[in-house]
Amino acid sequence: MTDWLEGLDPFALAVIRALLLLVPILVLVPGLIWWERRLLSWMQDRIGPNRVPTLTNAKGRKYRLAGLVQTLFDGLKLFIKEDITPAAIDRKIYFIAPAVALFPAFALGGTMPFGPPEGIWKYLTPVADIDIGILFVLAISSLGVYGVVLAGYASNNKYSLMGGLRASAQLISYELAMGVSLLAIAFAAGSLKMTEFVKTQEAPLWGEFPSFQNWFIFTPFGFVAGVIFFICMVAESNRAPFDLPEAENELIAGYHTEYSSMKFAVFFMGEYAAMFVFSGIFACVFFGGYNVLPVNWGFHAAHAPFGNEAFGLADGANYWLAPAWFLGKTTFFFTVFIWLRATLPRLRYDQLMGLGWKTLLPVAVLNFCLVGVWLILEDMKGARYGWVLALAAGLLVTAVWIAIRNAMPQKTERRKVVLVDPKRAS
Amino acid sequence: MRDTPVYVFLVLALVAVASAVGVVAFKSPVRSALSLVLTFFTLALLYFNLGAQLLGISQIMVYAGAIMVLFLFVVMMLRLSGGDRVAEKTDKRLYVAIPLAIALTAVVLIKFVQPLFYMPVTKVGDDYGRPSEIGPALFTTYVWPFEIASVLLLIGVVGSIMLAKRKF
Repeated sequence: MTDWLEGLDPFALAVIRALLLLVPILVLVPGLIWWERRLLSWMQDRIGPNRVPTLTNAKGRKYRLAGLVQTLFDGLKLFIKEDITPAAIDRKIYFIAPAVALFPAFALGGTMPFGPPEGIWKYLTPVADIDIGILFVLAISSLGVYGVVLAGYASNNKYSLMGGLRASAQLISYELAMGVSLLAIAFAAGSLKMTEFVKTQEAPLWGEFPSFQNWFIFTPFGFVAGVIFFICMVAESNRAPFDLPEAENELIAGYHTEYSSMKFAVFFMGEYAAMFVFSGIFACVFFGGYNVLPVNWGFHAAHAPFGNEAFGLADGANYWLAPAWFLGKTTFFFTVFIWLRATLPRLRYDQLMGLGWKTLLPVAVLNFCLVGVWLILEDMKGARYGWVLALAAGLLVTAVWIAIRNAMPQKTERRKVVLVDPKRAS
Repeated sequence: MRDTPVYVFLVLALVAVASAVGVVAFKSPVRSALSLVLTFFTLALLYFNLGAQLLGISQIMVYAGAIMVLFLFVVMMLRLSGGDRVAEKTDKRLYVAIPLAIALTAVVLIKFVQPLFYMPVTKVGDDYGRPSEIGPALFTTYVWPFEIASVLLLIGVVGSIMLAKRKF
């Protein structure tokens, strides 16, 4: 198999790699929608779609497949629904917008590896192992705004336009914090390649415990960067609690108000694909990518006092089932997206901007400075001093924050709500 | 690096030139802005074709991703769409300008472009245009121009805030 792949034309191999990324996403999107609807209904104490299809056997007993096929029928419904095109739109841009929205969602995963860069996986993933891996992710996610803005503009509808404008402001604001948080990780990994990111995370934990892997989420700077990246990733994919561009109680449905039938379905699919791929990138950058657990199985197989063969087997499973582990992690983070949607109310617009510019960006920049000092200290003295530094920096930041908060006059917002006018009520 | 076939360049160059013409030819400002986005994007692809990965991705991130969004934002906010398109009167001087422009193009083609065909083709190394090459160059050899450029940008940011806060 490896020899056959080796002998293939590079172009054919590239097509195979692209298909190996795109087809699973396309196949999984209906399943993800089903998973979201079921999980949301469970969290909200409802039942959700649980009966399509109902199969009846010869004895008249009914079986349900937990509503798994519901999404397919929903897709069919979207296909055969009436396709309404408003009269006063900018026709060309109106039709291009959904395609523009779909492109970044799929292109985003272009540098994301779902298997180790050894043996057979080297030929199958990622689509392009370029030197600028993480910059590619940032660049493509910054293109995501066009689909939304163009849809909002072309619809020639005030609410749609507002949705588009909100989206562009939101995406530009959160891109910065996202970029700086990823920069810190690129700094620590010493490379911009996604494959290198995962490889770096297989190093001994904090440089001291070779039996465990040093996933970036376990390091103090990686934890901060991970939290920032996750928040920004939710904001970039326009999901609750950052779904202001389509806030239904203010803007009807925001930028896709005027889109019906398949054109709406394309937006819908793009959103889920983007969420899924972002989850994959999060898993790659902060959670060790395709490694199932933060354990160096190979080290145990070589050095453990007993059960070396079992560890060897685990190492093999870690290698051969790499895509399965990766898929599991990605689905887990996708679930966190749904969890957030069920838990958090939508942010107000000023809160959204305040969070992006006044909290996430400064914290990300501070974290970036911290990484630099950490790396120098680790080089000179070892990771223990790095921890002391991280704790000291954390304490300092908290102290400064409390001092600033106490120095500022406390402003309580007073609002007067008159439910019944007493003059008229009498 | 593997050489890409020449038709890749030709297709990309054609799209880039066509969309660049579109920037000036379209009547609707939003479409002009979109053509410019397409030009930037195809230019980035051309840079990739040359092996300049970092330059290409910066082009997408900075121009296509950030600056053009702000541009579109402004165009849309000004509501320069539909009926109120930008109308220009045809200038009579155009009849003189067009032959002159053609003559200039001919001179440039003969004097400057033609010799390029006989130039020896120089090959760059594998690392050309990669972050591992550009980073050290920016922060050692060219650190002063780089820092001065960043200060210039900072002045730009501060200046725009000053202008925005001024009451007219």
